[in-house]
Amino acid sequence: MTRGNKNSADEERDRRLQSLNDRLKKTRAAEVQESSSRPDNTGFGNALRLSSEFVAAILVGAAIGYGIDQLAGTAPWAMILFMMLGFVAGVLNVMRMAGVMSDPYRQEKDEE
Amino acid sequence: MASDPIHQFQLKKHIPLEIGGMDISFTNSSLFMVATVVCTSGFLIWATSGRGMVPTRAQSFAEILYEFVAGMLRDAAGSEGMKFFPMVFSLFLFILVANMFGMFPYFFTVTSHIIITVALSMLVFLTVLGVGFFKHGLGFLKLFVPSGVPIAIMPLVVAIEIISFLARPISHSVRLFANMLAGHITLKVFAGFVVSLSSFGVLGIAGSILPMLMTIGLTALEFLVAFLQAYVFTMLTCMYLNDALHPGGH
Repeated sequence: MTRGNKNSADEERDRRLQSLNDRLKKTRAAEVQESSSRPDNTGFGNALRLSSEFVAAILVGAAIGYGIDQLAGTAPWAMILFMMLGFVAGVLNVMRMAGVMSDPYRQEKDEE
Repeated sequence: MASDPIHQFQLKKHIPLEIGGMDISFTNSSLFMVATVVCTSGFLIWATSGRGMVPTRAQSFAEILYEFVAGMLRDAAGSEGMKFFPMVFSLFLFILVANMFGMFPYFFTVTSHIIITVALSMLVFLTVLGVGFFKHGLGFLKLFVPSGVPIAIMPLVVAIEIISFLARPISHSVRLFANMLAGHITLKVFAGFVVSLSSFGVLGIAGSILPMLMTIGLTALEFLVAFLQAYVFTMLTCMYLNDALHPGGH
């Protein structure tokens, strides 16, 4: 008699756990969808990123050019050239970040 | 109280040490780094020690932190990226707690020194390079060669891609450093206005309400920036790790 009671209690618990699982799954799925399309606080984060991405590329370009000039004695031509490439890279970074251009690094994710 | 806005960033040696001509003194910066690490590990170990099916408040806070970073990493780098979870989680917590410590008056802001942020970003950069070359060999260089570009302009595109890649650790570190430095200086300058204005009698005290309001607003903004910088740093780490795991995307 007690055994029968216990079994039914177990079943009841299993059933409730199962329904909880199902509900959790549904919520998780909804959350994933929500998180992939949430634009909330990343807006300000993106704003903080924009300028530094742009400036850093120019600095790196100028530094590479300066290094080549020092090695090859072609001052100031390599620096001018690489600084311009740096500008291009900076604009590219910013446009990629803003999503205007597709990012080749992230192509796989888009294809999925 | 020093009114010099830069004064707060000065290093003070608590325990002078020198080994082999290298100055490795225990400074106020080291002290706050140790405090950050002790606080984060201490809190997480304490919070998760119960391991309850039904979490306590502290445990569910630890779980929220875990879920937040894990979700960020999984979104950006896929489930393969979860191998790097310990590193990403430590980075996030270290930066977040160090930034938040900086918001206490008279506390030292570890992340307002570029050497710290460069060390953190170089850690990420070298990890990305190491993992990329270890996993893909020279195939990692495909990262610099976008598909579908005509051969004629390929050298130009590759040069631009390389510059854009090398710019990452710089923008990664400078962003965090500059935001923390500039924020704290601005805060200090506006707070200084309150003090110097109020020394001009009644009119000055009335006028000092304006910079006071500004300081209150800036403090709130700084809390937001402190969190967002940690968030942005971690998110970019995840994206860079994704490049190391899947270069070229094909």
